[in-house]
Amino acid sequence: MHILSLRIIGLVVLLFITNSYGCDNYSVNEVTSGIYYHQGVHEDASEKNIGAIANVGFIIGERCVAVIDSGGSYLEGTYLRQAIKKHTDLPICYVINTHVHPDHLLGNAAFKDDTPEYIGHEKLPAALAAREDYFARVFEDTLGSAYAGTEFIAPTMTVRIGQPVTIDLGNRPLTLTAYTTSHTDHDLTILDNDTNTLWTGDLLFMERIPVMDGSINGWIETTQHLQSMDLNFVIPGHGIASKDKWQQGLANQLRYFNVLRDEIRVIIDDLGTIDQASKQVGIPEQNSWELFDLYHRRNVTASFVQLEWE
Amino acid sequence: MFNRMIKLIIASMALSFFGTLAYAETPAEPLWPTLKVAYFGDKVIREDANDLLVIEAPKRAEDAAIVPISVKSLIAQTPDKYIKNIHIIIDNNPEPYSANFELSPDLGLVDISTRMRVDQYTFVRAIAEMNDGSLHMVSRFVKASGGCSAPAGKDAAAALARLGKMQIRMRKPTVGEPVQAQVIVSHPNYNGLQFDQKSRLYIEAHYVKNITISYNDEQLITVDTGISVSEDPSIRFTFTPVESGVLKAEVTDSKGQNFTHQKEV
Repeated sequence: MHILSLRIIGLVVLLFITNSYGCDNYSVNEVTSGIYYHQGVHEDASEKNIGAIANVGFIIGERCVAVIDSGGSYLEGTYLRQAIKKHTDLPICYVINTHVHPDHLLGNAAFKDDTPEYIGHEKLPAALAAREDYFARVFEDTLGSAYAGTEFIAPTMTVRIGQPVTIDLGNRPLTLTAYTTSHTDHDLTILDNDTNTLWTGDLLFMERIPVMDGSINGWIETTQHLQSMDLNFVIPGHGIASKDKWQQGLANQLRYFNVLRDEIRVIIDDLGTIDQASKQVGIPEQNSWELFDLYHRRNVTASFVQLEWE
Repeated sequence: MFNRMIKLIIASMALSFFGTLAYAETPAEPLWPTLKVAYFGDKVIREDANDLLVIEAPKRAEDAAIVPISVKSLIAQTPDKYIKNIHIIIDNNPEPYSANFELSPDLGLVDISTRMRVDQYTFVRAIAEMNDGSLHMVSRFVKASGGCSAPAGKDAAAALARLGKMQIRMRKPTVGEPVQAQVIVSHPNYNGLQFDQKSRLYIEAHYVKNITISYNDEQLITVDTGISVSEDPSIRFTFTPVESGVLKAEVTDSKGQNFTHQKEV
């Protein structure tokens, strides 16, 4: 009797662990009229969280729907698609990837049957080609069953740096802007003109520590550029979407980058090493960010090798 | 030496086959016995040679594209007894044989470091080959980096734009005292494993093959490098200038391009 009930409890716990996400509890929140997002958790990707660690979502126009980042696994992509279908019967005409990272792009194949235009930065195809084999190997293992069905789908339409593109969802124009190297060398933002809402992709991390996969100097400039924008709502790549918190988020991000850059420059000038820098730099920042221990040293390493060439 | 490199290249090609198999296995799949035979034949390698060498590498590859690895000798180089070569092997990389440092007995103490691509759980090994031919190994286990860190360049355009630009970084040395120096060359170090979806072709490998560092025309270090070496290859080393002179670094890449840089010390 005892053993049986323990087994049942164990089974329930196991079910909960392996399937903490189901289609029914995959929630999307409305940021403002017709704009919905699912907020990713501040964790590393795993089978348990189905890779749903980034903000992904959609914008509904009068004619059709644009998906903005497709999810961190094929499974998340299918949940996102089901969430869209609950809100509208309109077709999905665009799937926009803000950049190459798996948490923003592995859900692409879930939208194949909709035959959308897949849109990305002009350098996204090259970035995907360079990483595809590696991501496939690592994430098949990391995501387990959530990975099944994942395909790497490159953009069918690209946006060039310095030449923003406007697409229309039916009385709802979106402006897509391609950036010079910042978080990556192929970041794309999406501005919903009517509500003055910006999807930043990973150009803005809130709460979760930013991850440097581009250029520290470039990302500092881009963060300052975003600070100068007059916006009603901002949906960051990670963390909460808001009307009134994003300016503080940008300020926090800029502070972190400046600490990194200033302290690394001193170590480079003193002929110090990456190892030294990753032990010494930015320690007071550790209580300001989620997942600091997982990504901070990496940010120091990546920034160090760039700042050596100043 | 040339024959030896050819052998190593053939062994690497054979091993990239095993390497591919290993991807499907658990990270603990021991590749080393196969690698050992491929690279060193039936020679005896003394393992855990911690009395001779110290290898340092992070426990976890923070950034898969840039993993600092350093090797120090605990015994000074003398004309009678010195480390002639240090071979760096990264078991689970696509091309495990990653670098071969040839060291001068004039180097004083051996203290070298470089940066490698490490994209999965692997042993990193340094094997010292003494002037008497004996082999001595130390190793470290490096865990893979998490998340979205891929062993790809972050800004290919920027790396290509400054291709061949070099730096020699060091403090003003005192004659007769050991001094640390760093040679860096800007180079994308394309590994030839990247598939271009548009052209349906692999992007041609283009990487630094050799860096030779000399002082007053006496060779201190020459290192044969492969595709494991990070973008913008960096070699940090210690040497003892016995008189003032010129430190020179010469770089050759896989397309036969040469770059040189020198510094008066």
